[in-house]
Parts: sequence; C-alpha cells; structure tokens
Amino acid sequence: MRLLKLVPEDTNIGFVSMRYWAFGITGLLTLLAVATVWFQDLNYGVDFAGGLMIEAQFPQPPQIQQVRDNVDRLGFGESHPSPFGDGRVVSIRLPVPASADPGAAAAEASRVQASLRAEFPGINFTRSDNVSGKVSDELIRKGIIAVLLAVFGIAVFSWLRYEWQFGVSTFVAVMHDVLMTLGFFAITRMEFDLTIVAAILTIIGYSINDKIVVDDRIRENMRKYRKMDMGPLIDLSVNEVLPRTVMTSITVLLALGALLLFGGHVLRGFSAAMMLGIVIGTYSSIYVSASMLITLGLKAEPPKAKGGPGRRSGPQNESYDGAQV
Amino acid sequence: MLNFPRWKVIGIWAILAFGILLSVPSLLPPSVSEYLPGWAQRVHVNLGLDLAGGSHLLYEADTADVARARATLIEDTVRRALRTNTPPIDIGEVSTSGGQLSFVVRDPTQVDAALQVVRDATRPSGFGGVREWDVSNQGNRVTLRPTQAGLDNAINQAMTGAHDVIDRRINALGTREPTIQREGTNRILVEVPGLQNPDQLKALIGRTAHLEFRLVDLSVTPQQIQSGRAPIGSQILPYAEGGPGARIAVQRRAIITGDMISDARQTFDQQDGRPVVAISFDGNGTRRFARVTQENTGKPFAIILDNVVLSAPRIDEPILGGSAQIRGSFTVDTANSLAISLKSGSLPVALRIIEERSVGPDLGADSIRNGIIASVVATAAVLIFMFLSYGRFGLYADLAVAINLFIIVGVMALMNSTLTLPGIAGFVLTMGTAVDANVLINERIREERRKGRSVIMAVENGYKEASRTIFEANVIHVIAGSIMLLMGSGPIKGFAVVLLIGIVTSVFTAVVFTRMLVSQWIRRNRPTEIHI
Repeated sequence: MRLLKLVPEDTNIGFVSMRYWAFGITGLLTLLAVATVWFQDLNYGVDFAGGLMIEAQFPQPPQIQQVRDNVDRLGFGESHPSPFGDGRVVSIRLPVPASADPGAAAAEASRVQASLRAEFPGINFTRSDNVSGKVSDELIRKGIIAVLLAVFGIAVFSWLRYEWQFGVSTFVAVMHDVLMTLGFFAITRMEFDLTIVAAILTIIGYSINDKIVVDDRIRENMRKYRKMDMGPLIDLSVNEVLPRTVMTSITVLLALGALLLFGGHVLRGFSAAMMLGIVIGTYSSIYVSASMLITLGLKAEPPKAKGGPGRRSGPQNESYDGAQV
Repeated sequence: MLNFPRWKVIGIWAILAFGILLSVPSLLPPSVSEYLPGWAQRVHVNLGLDLAGGSHLLYEADTADVARARATLIEDTVRRALRTNTPPIDIGEVSTSGGQLSFVVRDPTQVDAALQVVRDATRPSGFGGVREWDVSNQGNRVTLRPTQAGLDNAINQAMTGAHDVIDRRINALGTREPTIQREGTNRILVEVPGLQNPDQLKALIGRTAHLEFRLVDLSVTPQQIQSGRAPIGSQILPYAEGGPGARIAVQRRAIITGDMISDARQTFDQQDGRPVVAISFDGNGTRRFARVTQENTGKPFAIILDNVVLSAPRIDEPILGGSAQIRGSFTVDTANSLAISLKSGSLPVALRIIEERSVGPDLGADSIRNGIIASVVATAAVLIFMFLSYGRFGLYADLAVAINLFIIVGVMALMNSTLTLPGIAGFVLTMGTAVDANVLINERIREERRKGRSVIMAVENGYKEASRTIFEANVIHVIAGSIMLLMGSGPIKGFAVVLLIGIVTSVFTAVVFTRMLVSQWIRRNRPTEIHI
C-alpha cells in the first residue's frame, strides 16, 4: 500500500531568505488587525457587553424585520435579531437595562418573550442569558488576565528552558496570533464571547506547541552542526519538521472542520476561531518566531552549552554546504 | 526503549482497561445504566447546563446591607447597655450611616464611663474572638467603626446562612440535583438542571421573606405620614392594601418575627375563598401574640413582609391558638412560594441576580446530538487520515487516540466532572495533541529511516527524540490549562478540565502505549523494512 505523503521528502525551501518580505507583510497585517479592533471594536456577546440575549426557535423562518419591529416596539433598545442555521433560530440582543432595579433584566426578558409569543404562535425559547454590567466587566478583566498570564507563563518557560531569544520570539509570535485572531473577529463581526476566549487560549497553546517543536529541532541541530550559519540551520530545521507541521495542522483542521459543520451554531464561532488560529499559528512558527531568532542574534553556539572541540568558533566562519551528517 | 518486561505490559493494559471500564457507566444510555450497582452509577460524567438544559443563577449579596444591619444591631446593644448602666447614660444624635454607629453623650462627664460600657458591650466573645468594632471618641461624640475582620466575619456568616436558606427553599420545591455553592466572598451560584423557566425559582430564592407583626401606630398624624418623618419609636412603611403610594405608620418594636414561625402553608380564606398563607407560631411566638392581642384588642396590627405592610387587620379578639393568616393579592402559586420562603426562614441578607442563563432542554439535546455527531465525524476523519499516512503505525496511533478518548471520559467520571460544550471542544483539542504526539513520533521514525538507520534503531531513536519534544510541548499545555483553570470562569474551566486530563492520558497512550505495541510487533516479526 502506498502511504499518503503530503510533503515530499527532503524539502529545501529557503524560508529564512523570505523573512524580510514576511516581516513586512506580517507587520502590516497585524497593524491592520489592531486598527480594526481599535476603530471598529469587537462584536461583544452578552458575556462581555452585559445585557440580555434571548434565543428563540420559530416554527418557520420568520421575517427578521418583523421580529425586530416586534421587540423594538417594547422600547428596551435595539434588538439586533440575527438568524442561525436554517433561519428558524433567531438570537435577540438587548442592552443592559437602564434601571438600577436588579429584577429589571428578568422583567424585560419575560415581556419580550410574551410579546413574541403573541405575534408568533408556536415559538419556543431555547436559551436566555442575562448578564449585569458588573459581571461582564469582571469577565472581560478575567479573560484578559488569563490570556496575558498564559502567554507570559509560556514565554518565561521557553526563556528558562532555552535561550532568551526563544522566549522573546515565542512571545512576539504568540501576541501576533492573538492580535490576528482578534482582528478576524473585528472584521467578520462574529460574536466575541467567553467560548472565544477559550478558543484563543487554545490557539495560544497550539501555536506554542508548534513553536516548541520547531525550536526544539533548531536546538538539536545547533548541537549537531556546530559550525553551520544560523540562516541555513533554521531553514534545515524548519524543512525537517515541515512534514510533521503540515500533517498535524491538517489533522486538527479536519477535526475542527467536523466541529464547524456538525457541531451546531453554539460551537460555530469557536471552531472558526480555532481553524483560523491553527493556520496563523503554523505560519507564525516559521515566519515570525523562527525567522526572528536570526534578527535577535541567536548564536550558533549557546554559551551554556557544554564544552567540546571548537566551541568558541564564531557563527559566521564556515558556510553551510548542505551536506547531512 | 523497546524493551518491555512482562509486568510492564500487564501494567499498561491494566491501566487502559481500568480507564475504559470507568467510562462505561457514562456511555451507557440511562435506561441501561440504572441497572448498574449504586457505586458504578455514581462514577459518571455530569452534563453541564448547556448540554442538559437548565438554569444558572448567580446571586450577589449587598455587603453594604450587611454592614447596615450590623450597625442597627449594635445600636440596640449599645442603647441597652447604656440604659441599664448605673447610673444610666443618656445619649442623643444617634446615626448609623455608612455601617458605623455614632452618638453624642449628653453629659460630658459621662464620656469615659460611656466608652467603658461600649467597649465592654462590644468585647469579642470567647477566647481568640475577633474585635469587631473600633471605638473612638471626639469630645463627647462616640463613634463605633466596624473592623474589616468583623465585617468579613459578618458577611461570611450571612452568606452561610443565605446558602442554607436557599438550600431549604429549593429542596422544598422538589427540584432534582440542584447545585448551590458560594463563590468568592459575597456570591452564591445556583444551578438547577432541567429547569427551563426559572421564574418560580427566582421568586422563591429572591424573596428575603423577612416577616414581622407590629402594632399600627395610631398616634402618628396623616401630616407626619405625608412628610415621611416618623416620631421616635415608629416607622413609616409602604402599605400594599391602601393602593399605590399609600403609606402607614407602625411601631418599631415587633410583636412577632419570622423566626417564631413553626409552620407555614398555602390555604384558602374561609370567607372569600382567596388564596392565603396560614402560619403557626412556636411556643414563644404563641405566648407573645396572645399577650399582645389581649392588651390591644380593637386596635389594628400590621403584617410586614420585607418592609412592606401587606395588610393591617384589626384585632377583634385575643388570638390564643398561635396561628394567623396572611392575606394579600396572592395567587395559589405566589402564596405557595411565600409559604415555602417563610418556613425556610428569612434570608440574612438581600440577594440580587447579577447573571442568569437558561438553556432549554431542546437546545441542550440538540447540542448533545451535534456534539456527538461532530466528535464521531472528527474522530473518523482523523483515524482514516492517520491510517492512510502511516499504515500499520497509523493503526497503532489510531488505537491510542481512540482509547485515549475513552480514558478521558473515565477519568472525568471518576472525578465526577461536568462535561460542558466547551468541554467537547476540549476533547477535539486533546485529540489534536494526541495526534500530534503520534505524528511527531512517526515523522521522526521516517526521518531516521531516510538517514539510513536500521528499523530498530530508527524506531528507538524516533521515540526517544520525539518524546522529548512531546514532553516539552505538553508542559506548555499544562501551564496554559492550569492558568485557565485558576483564572477562568465557567466555560473556560470546563474546557481546561478536559484539556488537563487529556494531556496526561494522551501522552501516556501516544508515547507509552504505542511504543509497547510497536516494540511487540518488531520483536515478533523482526522486520528489516517498515512502511511508514
């Protein structure tokens, strides 16, 4: 039986030589992502914006305008109804009630439900969330802290485990992943809620996993080919792990694709964020973190390495001839 | 690396078998699993509210409310102590704003004595008790400030009390398997699976149910009621029966308080057939009510619930039997829930809902079905892909990935964890990392083969080199997962639990289990060439 090989053996792609182009494009895209988040803001779900979310299942797909008119008539604010899936499920969002009365949100929810029930008989309310402004602020703060802590913790780990250059390049690459994902949510206007924070944490985990694999190989080759230049050495390492990178990414994308198609609308945002994050994370392992190691001046021979013949020789004195030992 | 003694092989299979066995009760349909013995039924994964449907209510207590109540309480204590002192100490200009008590000692020569009395009265009780009030004076004005420790203590007590009251009320409703837990300093989380419309529950929990019977103060003039300024010893409260905006003056002293009630139930009024709540007093309450009604026959008394006068009936004759009826604009349901609230005692602190989520059972069932379909499709796609890529080694990896999924369920069942929707997503990620581990190993073996190593050397090196990378990558996941578990709220936690369990089990199945399978195959067949 012939086995499937997605990447031909012994690729020799010059990733490092493209790094200035890659840095430029990556930088521009990241700026664009940050600018979009800054100027357009994210479409926060009730978890982060506070307010009411009611999800209703109609017997037939309703006219969205009709639903909007029905709810907006009650005067609680703009309802932003948006349909899901086959159009029968509609989610309705309302802002946090202006009243300080704690029961106000619940009262609003039941009035909206009564009003919709009157106009659309057979309607079924499948879900309702109401989150006060206080809780949503806390959730935002906790979410940001969790993400930052995760990134920092991991960067510190790579720094302690390897050289500081690995820590810095991992940190920059992962921040890039997070910003790009946020930018994606700002541009697509997909709802940004707590599950997306879980997705971002997963993307961070996955992306770092990928970087560890590449970094680990670079370290291994640094010990093996002591006299090789960093550029060719990084190219060699990335090429060596390329089959694994592609294989794993595709497998995970397959699994996420199943989640996206069959997981129902509740998991849709999560799966979409994850799929994008996998692509971004894989890209940034090669073009951001690995390429950056050269810019950061990683030496072919780490000062901490145990002694051996010729260990003081500089990184530039012998060129890589492409031979494999 | 490839040498597996017999005891190791048996040990590995035993661990895997145990893990899979643990997952069985959770995977059987409920109609089958109910025939299992009790201990086996207890080992199962709970479904989160987002999957099973139900209500999630997060309550927060107003801590200022606790401080206020404490200040009122200490005011009583201090007044009594000063009054019963010999000679009695006269005070005025009492204020209890901001949770602190301050008053003026009228006779400046008595300030020192007053301080002494107040300090004695607020001395911590028992050995090692916490000082609860800081007593200080400025001239003849004495101020009692609550200490942080004292306040924390009081909030903690109030929350413990509130937890018990909520517990009793929900149990009285007969709801299945509610979760009631304290969160942080002043919050209580209530989760009730299977309950779609939480209105009744909310009405029940949210009511403080602070019931009091007090005499109506007839000496207060309508002008005073209008102005809202009550003379000393009485209080002006809203009056529910008098129409909107109506108010009535009542005495401050209560005849009967909620803790003197021994029973409460919903019944119907014998005259007009409307729903009412019938209450019975305990011994102390019966005696007090009998005495007061004897002394005040012909006068009205007020039935006050949560600072609103529900009704103010006239005492036609002394009530000696120790029972009474609470009338108001009740329906059967509201009367019933008031009865439950009264019987379960009043909440020591007012609670308000700051987060409410409910998921209908239909959506929950949809989510489970979708989750299962997605997981099966995802798993099948991954397994087929692995087999196509690595042949025999892919099959070993497939076996490892599949067993891994069962073991995660098994460990979750052992810990009685809750599976939520993000948890299902966690499964997908875990499967990703398990696959990654296998991919790393197999790609490494391929690479070693390309370099011309013998089969045994290639497999040996492949596992050795890849294991290091796998270990490092998974330490990273543990860091991320632990941070999520510690910092995250609800959904993130559900995700982190699955992730953390999955990391351990996936490293075990990917590194140890497949290595054993591969080494056994190699030892049996001594292949000189492998398809990978």
